[in-house]
Amino acid sequence: MAATAGSAEAVARVEARGVGLRAGLACVLFLLGALLVGLAVGPVHVGVGAIVRSGLAYVPFLHVHQPLDAIDRAVLWQLRAPRVALAALVGGMLAVAGASYQGVFRNPLADPYLLGVAGGAGLGATLAIVYASAAVAGTAWAVPLAAFAGAIAAVVATYALGRSAGAARTTGALVLAGVTVATFTAAVQTFVQQRHSDVLQNVYAWLLGGFSTATWSDVAVCAPYVAASSLVLVLHRRLLDVLSLGDDEAASLGVDVARARLAIVAAATLGTAAAVAVSGLIAFVGIIVPHTIRLLVSTSYRAVVPLSLLAGAGFLVLADVLARTVLSPAELPIGVVTAFFGAPFFAVVLRTSRGGA
Amino acid sequence: MIETRDLWVRFGPLAAVRGLSLRAESGTWTALIGPNGAGKTSALRALAGLVAYDGEVRLDGRDARRLGRRSLARLVAFVPQKPETPPELTVAEYVLLGRTPHIPYLGREGRRDREAAARALRRLELERFAERPLGSLSGGELQRAVLARALAQEAPVLLLDEPTTALDLGRQQLVLELVDALRGDGLTVVTTLHDLTLAGQYAERLVLLDGGSVVAEGTAAEVLSAPNVAAHYGASVRVVEDDGGVFVLPLRR
Repeated sequence: MAATAGSAEAVARVEARGVGLRAGLACVLFLLGALLVGLAVGPVHVGVGAIVRSGLAYVPFLHVHQPLDAIDRAVLWQLRAPRVALAALVGGMLAVAGASYQGVFRNPLADPYLLGVAGGAGLGATLAIVYASAAVAGTAWAVPLAAFAGAIAAVVATYALGRSAGAARTTGALVLAGVTVATFTAAVQTFVQQRHSDVLQNVYAWLLGGFSTATWSDVAVCAPYVAASSLVLVLHRRLLDVLSLGDDEAASLGVDVARARLAIVAAATLGTAAAVAVSGLIAFVGIIVPHTIRLLVSTSYRAVVPLSLLAGAGFLVLADVLARTVLSPAELPIGVVTAFFGAPFFAVVLRTSRGGA
Repeated sequence: MIETRDLWVRFGPLAAVRGLSLRAESGTWTALIGPNGAGKTSALRALAGLVAYDGEVRLDGRDARRLGRRSLARLVAFVPQKPETPPELTVAEYVLLGRTPHIPYLGREGRRDREAAARALRRLELERFAERPLGSLSGGELQRAVLARALAQEAPVLLLDEPTTALDLGRQQLVLELVDALRGDGLTVVTTLHDLTLAGQYAERLVLLDGGSVVAEGTAAEVLSAPNVAAHYGASVRVVEDDGGVFVLPLRR
């Protein structure tokens, strides 16, 4: 009997840490807090209590009295809420895609734009702004669609190029192919942009990214992609740990490395392209959020992937609050905010956690 | 039991392994020896299904090529010369990754996997290190963790590429004793080894490769002759044989 008890004890200790209750709860609370701040902050003052009650009033059978008048309601639910929701979706997506790319490429500096998403989306959006907007009025939908198509096309080109250069076995060829495609699309985009300097401002504004025009239909367009992609990535979290042992060892553990990598890259790319299409290019989220989780919680992808999703969502909602309040009524490009506030924050995390280790 | 028939491994126009046929029975230790570039590692990687090859690899009589990657990984565990050991993973987490071939593609470890990992930790006396990050282990402890990961795979064939690289003499012996104990448990062990004396001490069968082909095979006494070592390593050695075994001692040229 003693032997049985001893083995049960040993089994109890052999666990993969995963998310952990404390870190998981902290990230959920951070996201909820960020969502409330996002809804509460703005030129029209609405209290947090009123926001919660107003939200509950929409839930049937609860019989909560709507505390806000029609104008406040419109401000809250038609202007702020879609903006907050979109920032959360995009932030979560970029962070989880960044974490996955870093795992697949075993490169801490990999971001979701690595394989040409940014270049392709930029080119697509520029072409749409220059040609579609000039041709027909009321083609606002053309820009996100073209950005999405450009992003997917660029990554497909990267994959095809990388495969022919032997990317089935190494990730190096794939990364180089990504650089090649990104450089080429950037060249074409700059050329088109220079030829049509009248729309330079529009192109530039799109590239910098932001949520100032967010609507519920943007959210509806983006959400299915983000949901599907993040689900696939979260399901692959244990495999990302296996891939961190290198291609050879993962293969000797029975993993079809090329197929697993393709599934992860495809999911991350699809989600990122959808996010970029509705928000433009927002730098830094895909790098800073996963690394903060690594430094504060764990480097295992079982923790990094799901927690990046939550923390990335909260982070971008807060960044967007700053983008619209710092120079109010003017807006800062959100990419400026993520870099300006994100970089020093990251520096502090880096310093303290290295000091503690 | 693992065997190869007329195994060829080619890299473009170059053949690293030329027509290797060998047979390793359960509970035996076969050491592939030979100079740098002899094809030892390529042969081992072919046995693990990590490189394309011509010819046949058979596991208990079954064609390895028809097994599929996961089934193969349940039968053959492979430890490369320089395994990746992510420094922040705990020993337990690392050893659990060895259960991958037994876990569905998107699944999680179950109780049986945790038990197998716990057994592997116990077998290599790593229980008290279970929650330590890999980065905090010494070279010898790390090598034991790597062996535990391979053992958790519960494959009857264990392939080790230079398991003693970068270890001091005492740790080399410790690791080889552990591998010997695993062989005693009934595993089929195939390793590459640089150190000829140690190879002769531990493996019951040595296979000397040169230029991708087998040039000698048999017991230490049969393979480790001074003329053999001189011809294939280009080394000047004195071979001393007594009841302790065969000792290959390098001399100044």
